[in-house]
Amino acid sequence: MKIVSGLFYTKDHEWVRVEGNEAYVGITDFAQHALGSIVYVELPEVDEDVEGEESFGTIESVKAASDMLMPVTGTILEVNEALENDPSLVNSDPYETWIMKISIANKADLDELMNAEEYETFCNEEA
Amino acid sequence: MDSVKKTALYDEHVIAGGKIIDFAGWALPVQYEGIIEEHEAVRNAAGMFDVSHMGEVDVTGPDAFAFVQNLVTNDVSTLEDHQILYAMMCYETGGVVDDLLVYKFDQDHFYLVINASNVTKDFEWMLKQAEGFDVTLVNQSSEVSEIAIQGPLAQDILQKVVDVDLADIKFFYCNRNVMIDGAKCLVSRTGYTGEDGFEVYTDNASIAKVWRKLMEVGAPMGLKPTGLGCRDTLRFEATLPLYGNEIDQDITPLEAGLGFFVKLGKEKFIGREALLAQKEGGLPRKTVGFEMEKGIPRHGYEVLSGDQVIGVVTTGYFSPTLKKNIGLALIDANYGELGAEIGIRVRKNVFPATVISKRFYQKNYKKA
Repeated sequence: MKIVSGLFYTKDHEWVRVEGNEAYVGITDFAQHALGSIVYVELPEVDEDVEGEESFGTIESVKAASDMLMPVTGTILEVNEALENDPSLVNSDPYETWIMKISIANKADLDELMNAEEYETFCNEEA
Repeated sequence: MDSVKKTALYDEHVIAGGKIIDFAGWALPVQYEGIIEEHEAVRNAAGMFDVSHMGEVDVTGPDAFAFVQNLVTNDVSTLEDHQILYAMMCYETGGVVDDLLVYKFDQDHFYLVINASNVTKDFEWMLKQAEGFDVTLVNQSSEVSEIAIQGPLAQDILQKVVDVDLADIKFFYCNRNVMIDGAKCLVSRTGYTGEDGFEVYTDNASIAKVWRKLMEVGAPMGLKPTGLGCRDTLRFEATLPLYGNEIDQDITPLEAGLGFFVKLGKEKFIGREALLAQKEGGLPRKTVGFEMEKGIPRHGYEVLSGDQVIGVVTTGYFSPTLKKNIGLALIDANYGELGAEIGIRVRKNVFPATVISKRFYQKNYKKA
């Protein structure tokens, strides 16, 4: 299982790459592996404001649909439209395949997230 | 998963990297490599499933035939020795107790293969229905293990390890005396994938060596271990029903579109009166296929016509073979015309769908 240092992680297995007041969000290698072959990613609407821990979209494997949860409160700035044609990018390269770009409402919220080391421990406990 | 039962092949699944889940109280692999890869292996080469969780009931006695003929919807009198029939057991209401395979060994000996999730319920039901018949019923479910080897190369692979000519086992027939690596097996040309293939039954102590032998000779030919995940996508594409989805205690075989397996011309069987009345009075609901551009349908999603809820999705997937979002739905019979526009509620959205033929995938059986 691959974990990238320098990212923030949620208990719901999203990763967050912060750039200033903005951030890219995707799902982790652990999550894509647990889901199996991804066949559809339901992307959020650009300009939508979403509260932390609320659903911003759905990711569907062959077997099931799973909610993706907003890591921190913010606004959707951009979505990765490449996923409309090839959702399996999430399986093949989960950390390069961002799902959306957000602006962060309050950067202090990031303190609630895990760093790479904490996330690794968390995954080992879940597995 | 402490309370979960393990099949005799559990260690094989772990070694092969199977992702183990609890299915009807059994620890079984949902997938090994991936559902899509395994699905494609079965369509294009061969896959091997552990289906040891299935239940088996042995029926013997002078009234064996009469008992089974009364128990199930299909006509058992058409069977030759060693022939197999797909059928349902119904309640008096016409709802389904379970679907099953009926193996006829001879007039006084039948073998009934039932769903894992229903074994206890089914066996109690059978015992109750056996009153007045001179039969002995034995629930052998915990002593029998079973492998399904399915796909266009299944016969070539299995042929390498058996001491009989598999060409002699026709579609829906069996041979009870097949030796595989010293183990006596029952082999039938049956399955649940829409492909040609076989099901192999033997005792719990022998199944692992049969599995390993098949994997050893089959892997170089493209055989993969295949899990419950693709078992469901495969059976769905072939429009084979799943108990709890397409059929249930509250859904009759006629509503499920399985009237072919209900022989109302039979003088007597459990549920006949209710099913006959339903057929004569007109079906309130029917099962249709549908296709949708946007949104993946799933079991339990609502089906709408305008704002009105007209039914429910029984099974739906992004079909790995057809690469389309398709589903089966049980809906108000007034709405099921081919080409009809319906809606499927996918979370907070309702997406348009079109009623299409349920024959999503043309089955590749060897019926010659």
